[in-house]
Amino acid sequence: MDILLKQVGYSYAKDTPFEKRALTDVTLHVPSGSYTAIIGHTGSGKSTVLQHLNALLQPTEGSVLIGDRKIEAGTKAKNLRDVRKKVGIVFQFPEQQLFDETVLKDIMFGPLNFGVPEEEARRRAIALVEQLGLPEDVLEKSPFDLSGGQMRRVAIAGVLAMEPDVLVLDEPTAGLDPRGRREIMDLFYRLHKDKGLTTVLVTHSMEDAARYADTVAIMHGGKCVATGGVREVFANEEQLGDYRLEPPRTVRMQREFEEKTGIILHELALTEEALAHAISQALQEGRGWK
Amino acid sequence: MMEKMIFGRFIPGDSLVHRLDPRAKILFVFLFIAIVFIANNAITYAILLGFTLLSVFLSKIRLYFLINGLKPVFILMAFTFFLHLFFTQGGDLLVSIGFVDIYEEGLRQGIFISIRFLVLVFMTSILTLTTSPISITDGIEVLLGPFKRVKLPVHELALMMSISLRFIPTLMDETGKILKAQMARGSDIGSGPIKERIKAVVPLLIPLFVSAFKRAEDLATAMEVRGYRGGEGRTRYRQLNWRLIDTLSLLLLVGFAGLLWYFRS
Repeated sequence: MDILLKQVGYSYAKDTPFEKRALTDVTLHVPSGSYTAIIGHTGSGKSTVLQHLNALLQPTEGSVLIGDRKIEAGTKAKNLRDVRKKVGIVFQFPEQQLFDETVLKDIMFGPLNFGVPEEEARRRAIALVEQLGLPEDVLEKSPFDLSGGQMRRVAIAGVLAMEPDVLVLDEPTAGLDPRGRREIMDLFYRLHKDKGLTTVLVTHSMEDAARYADTVAIMHGGKCVATGGVREVFANEEQLGDYRLEPPRTVRMQREFEEKTGIILHELALTEEALAHAISQALQEGRGWK
Repeated sequence: MMEKMIFGRFIPGDSLVHRLDPRAKILFVFLFIAIVFIANNAITYAILLGFTLLSVFLSKIRLYFLINGLKPVFILMAFTFFLHLFFTQGGDLLVSIGFVDIYEEGLRQGIFISIRFLVLVFMTSILTLTTSPISITDGIEVLLGPFKRVKLPVHELALMMSISLRFIPTLMDETGKILKAQMARGSDIGSGPIKERIKAVVPLLIPLFVSAFKRAEDLATAMEVRGYRGGEGRTRYRQLNWRLIDTLSLLLLVGFAGLLWYFRS
């Protein structure tokens, strides 16, 4: 499902002395089936953009097109349930949203709200608990008895159980250990590939953006200042520097390698594996050291 | 929805009213509340209203913002107005529609009580809008100081107050966040039949309680770790500073009370 933000502006607490401008003239297209990363410094408006993607916030200027539903500034949109059913959001620290008696009930909460039959919701919950690497006996436990990492997984399962067309992720792995991060990010990527899930990832991690995304948008000072293919964006170090961002570690290492050896690699390495592969290939091609 | 509420909110600024000592402002408001009851005729109520508007002007808070933020209060005000209008008898009969009789006295009382309500709400709002919660608690702690003699735990009360005030915005933020997270999962307090709305409160309240308790525990630990052990012998970082203008403002209020007394019938 396509999402298109057209010249969106947003101010918090509009018409009060606390009014705070968060977005100015943001135009962003998230094509169906794409994996888009939104990167930017703290306070650049990433999270505000994200909340427009399923009409949790309505723009104060411009319009947002979610599938065939248009949400415009000035008009009060009603019946947003359909939109929210299609666009699932995993918020930062999603474990804060857990509330039900058991993990099973909590995961079923979303699907039941959107009218999924109980049997089907239960089936989804059981399948997801397994997919997320949680032990099966967790289903009947209280979510508040779990460890932090497990709570996070349950909360993510609660969003995935809605089976949305678009999955929006706001720093979904913040505060997890490196292995947990990788497992969860890989799971999202698998879902993106297998089910054609349109994915939007809001992140501070250039490495995650480089590894998983195919399109990258840079936010800066409430504006969407650049969008492009992942290689194109990360190759432009000058532009990244302008917005106080650093290229991913692999790109930095590649540049250093190229500078020290004089060997130019064929393409930008976005993952450690790709970098290792490219370097070994370059060396095998026998271009040797200068 | 909550953004427009102004109860207990503080707008930083540097107007004359902002710069007054919190003790002076608290005393001022309490005295004012008593003084309001001196007014009993058209002139005195007019003076009262004028004095209040002058205070709003001096505090540099936009009147529009004040009125907008106090909308819920106006509903209550309208309610009392109509109560008086319909049920107070006395004076000439003005209008009579069906079984509703409106008397002159009813109209008078309705208007007076509304003005009284309005000035009280405005004045107390000015206090909270121009004084940071921390200064208010500091002021209260000092003002209640004498009651320590009768074993009133003044310091603890002030601490409790400042902690609760401190956490209002935090909890508001958290409510907003959880609300949105649950909305994204298809539960919505803002729409749907009333039964659904009530059901939607549970997924909001439980996470809120959980996190509030967690925060309280963390705060207690943090305070203990830093060696907090009550108010005994504790010195202050923020010193209150009573100046001439504070004395003058209270004198002004006394003069104002005298004026009201003079014109009262």
